[in-house]
Amino acid sequence: MMQPGLYHILFVSAALFFIGVFGFFTRRNLITMLMSVELILNSVNLNFVAFNKYLWADKLDGLFFTIFVIAIAAAEAAIAIAIIINLSRNFQSIDVEKTDEMKF
Amino acid sequence: MSGADILFYILAAIILGSGILSVTTRHIFRAAIFLLFSLIGVAGMYFWMQYEFIAAVQIVVYVGGITVLIIFSIFLTQQAGEKLPEQTMGRQLFAALAAFCGFAFSMLHILKHSFSGTSKTATEPTVVNIGNHMLGIEQGGYALPFEVVSILLLAALIGCIVIAVRSKTPTL
Amino acid sequence: MPNPTYILLILLLPLSSFLLMGLFGRSYIKNASGLISTAMLFVATCLAFYVAYGYFFMYGNMQGVYQKLILFDYTWLEFSKGLSINMGILLDPITAMMLVVVTLISLMVHIYSLGYMKGEERFATYYSFLGLFTFSMLGLVVASNIFQMYIFWELVGVSSFLLIGYYFEKPSAVAACKKAFIVTRFADLGFLIGILILSFYAGTLDFNTLVQRLTSPASMALKTAVASSFLGISGLTWGMVLVFVGGAGKSAMFPLHIWLPDAMEGPTPVSALIHAATMVVAGVFLVARLFPVFAISAPGALHVVAYVGVLSALFAAIIACTQTDIKRVLAFSTMSQLGFMMFALGVSTYGGEGGLGYTASMFHLFTHALFKALLFLGAGAVIHLVHSNDIQHMGGLRKQMPITHVTFLIACLAISGVPPFAGFFSKEEILFAAFQHNPTIYWIALLTSGLTAFYMFRLYFSIFWNKSYHSHSEYHGEGGFAMMMPMVLLAVGAAAAGFIPFGKFVSSDGKTLISEFHWQFSIAPVALGIAGILTAMWLYKKQNSKPDTIASSLNAWYKAAYHTFYMDELYLFITKKILFNVVGRPAAWFDKNVVDGMVNATGNTTQTISEKIKGFQSGKVQDYAIYFLAGAIALAVCGMYIWM
Repeated sequence: MMQPGLYHILFVSAALFFIGVFGFFTRRNLITMLMSVELILNSVNLNFVAFNKYLWADKLDGLFFTIFVIAIAAAEAAIAIAIIINLSRNFQSIDVEKTDEMKF
Repeated sequence: MSGADILFYILAAIILGSGILSVTTRHIFRAAIFLLFSLIGVAGMYFWMQYEFIAAVQIVVYVGGITVLIIFSIFLTQQAGEKLPEQTMGRQLFAALAAFCGFAFSMLHILKHSFSGTSKTATEPTVVNIGNHMLGIEQGGYALPFEVVSILLLAALIGCIVIAVRSKTPTL
Repeated sequence: MPNPTYILLILLLPLSSFLLMGLFGRSYIKNASGLISTAMLFVATCLAFYVAYGYFFMYGNMQGVYQKLILFDYTWLEFSKGLSINMGILLDPITAMMLVVVTLISLMVHIYSLGYMKGEERFATYYSFLGLFTFSMLGLVVASNIFQMYIFWELVGVSSFLLIGYYFEKPSAVAACKKAFIVTRFADLGFLIGILILSFYAGTLDFNTLVQRLTSPASMALKTAVASSFLGISGLTWGMVLVFVGGAGKSAMFPLHIWLPDAMEGPTPVSALIHAATMVVAGVFLVARLFPVFAISAPGALHVVAYVGVLSALFAAIIACTQTDIKRVLAFSTMSQLGFMMFALGVSTYGGEGGLGYTASMFHLFTHALFKALLFLGAGAVIHLVHSNDIQHMGGLRKQMPITHVTFLIACLAISGVPPFAGFFSKEEILFAAFQHNPTIYWIALLTSGLTAFYMFRLYFSIFWNKSYHSHSEYHGEGGFAMMMPMVLLAVGAAAAGFIPFGKFVSSDGKTLISEFHWQFSIAPVALGIAGILTAMWLYKKQNSKPDTIASSLNAWYKAAYHTFYMDELYLFITKKILFNVVGRPAAWFDKNVVDGMVNATGNTTQTISEKIKGFQSGKVQDYAIYFLAGAIALAVCGMYIWM
């Protein structure tokens, strides 16, 4: 095996991304869906940092993007939790199959 | 086969293994813990790439903040005990197929592409450099996004409170 | 060239009466609407007399020939160069005569209705309909373009429909007005096809140009029209016969007469105006207007006109001898007299001595309008008193209604052709013209005029003599001044109109026609008429059983005549059993199942498809995420492989 380089990291991040996608489609619980979204966001962060290190080492753009993504992901997780709590009060369950009021 | 390579493969195994376990387990608390391990793995990957600052931010915010938040919400919605219901087999199969196809497609194109790096002198991602760029206003400065994100965090804070506040029942 | 303003005013005054009474009469003007309408029509009548006087005595006559003057012409709808629907005013002898007749009779009816229709709730509506009718009839007679005449023809039919169905709460009235409109509309189909054929050959719709192109020997149009043939008859003859069919419908010729007896459901003054004096002569007027084409270029059509006319006359006269409803007797009498007018045109030729039939027909139209309107108004007065139409409920009324009695007698004498009343002169001319050209028609017409005298005096004696009158309700008088005055005026007209030298004014080619008075010839008709009167007197003056014995001895014939020879039953059979079942039902089935089926199928298909598609919107966020990913991948694939 050659030295782990950009391609290996991209492999890892792509795999993590699609694991998150699988989890998002499959999970019936809102909180576990949120966890899958966090996995997706992490894979994106990994991508940014990898590209910054291997392709654009003179700039720090990828790094800053990652910092801001982490910050916004935190905010988003907080709001998602708030919504889940509110939903659980109204529906008495957080099964996503039960939240289909917007259907035809 | 140096130590760095072995370390890389171990970290990759942790990340992917924990990720798969997180999305397939039927106990919700275990899913949260596996997520925790996966995030720590990603932080380790940052360390391996010698971007220590990002690794620190990852641990502090993600592992220490978001995962704890998720565990709190599990308790708040009284979900910790029972086993999670499973999705129908058809849906699972279809999702797995879709995910695998997507992965294969992406990898195909990534491997075909030849990435060429720049040959300029690298800027070390030290805290000094990061700090200078974070609050700098010239080319490559991130003062504006910094301010914007701070406002966004304020909005998120207020939003959370408004959404989650329990409305008082009127007393006669 | 005289000013067209007066003629336009004659037309517009009844139209404004219609609009005014129609829009404001019921709510604002109410009882004054009769007086206002009558006043407007009085002005129109004076103008009509003035115009006729001017035409006949001042400017119409140029070098001994009465001209056809176009006073007003407006191109309305142009199809191509020369072929256009114009709205115009044509003034020639028969138009001037008809202006006088229509306005005068309409004025008499307006005045009479002030008394007869008093107390009606829809008084103003009645007068507005009368105004509409007068306007349409006047428009018909002044039309300079055959299509304009067709438009007014239909308008007249509409007014007749509205007036017959005036008492719309009665189902019989509603049925009658529908029947009248449908039968005349059906005949008008023939008229329209005739118009199309004629305008196709002549290349124009204007009357003067049409007649000129289809009669002058050198005309190209005439040659092609006569040369083309369909089933052995020339195209021009087909066109003229079809035009005559339209006229036959309006003038109640056999077999399109079925609407006229039922049209008596309308108020009696309406019957006097429309179904005696003016609308029903529209067919005769049409044939007279196109007479040069009939006489010169399509003599076969003219034969059809003559035979249909005389057969209708005889047919109606036989039926009228058996009817017991006073208005139906008068209706069949009208049909008979119209037959006279038609065959008088049919035996005429164009120009000179042979054109006597034309003049006689127009003369009879004029006098008939006077005495038939008088008969109907008199019948109205009688019905007003007795509250019934059946002559078996009447009798001995001569003491209670002296004025009606005298005027009715004058009218009956006029229609029977007794000298010196008007009908004698006009009928004598018709019979003479028939004798000169077609003896068969003469003998049938002679028999018919004898029958006419018989059934008219049967009616007269049954009403005013026969039994003595026992009134079923309190005696409320003959009828006011409003009802009596028009009858007296018309009686004067019926007595005196015969002395007008009609041939000087109206003839087929415009030149003066001098007709001597043939003493010896008129002995036979007058004698036959007096014999009819005496027979009626013998049978009906005193109440006896002779009529019933005669009727029972003729048994089946009498019954057939009483039921108008079962024409109505025949029509009902044809429409219900044949047309409805064979044509109507399959068409309805096709429409309901195939046409509606296709439309419904489109709707149902759309609905089914949308039911299936709506499952996509399941409300579950994971489904949406899957669709999102699928779309993203599809776009990526397209981008990678197809676009690159």
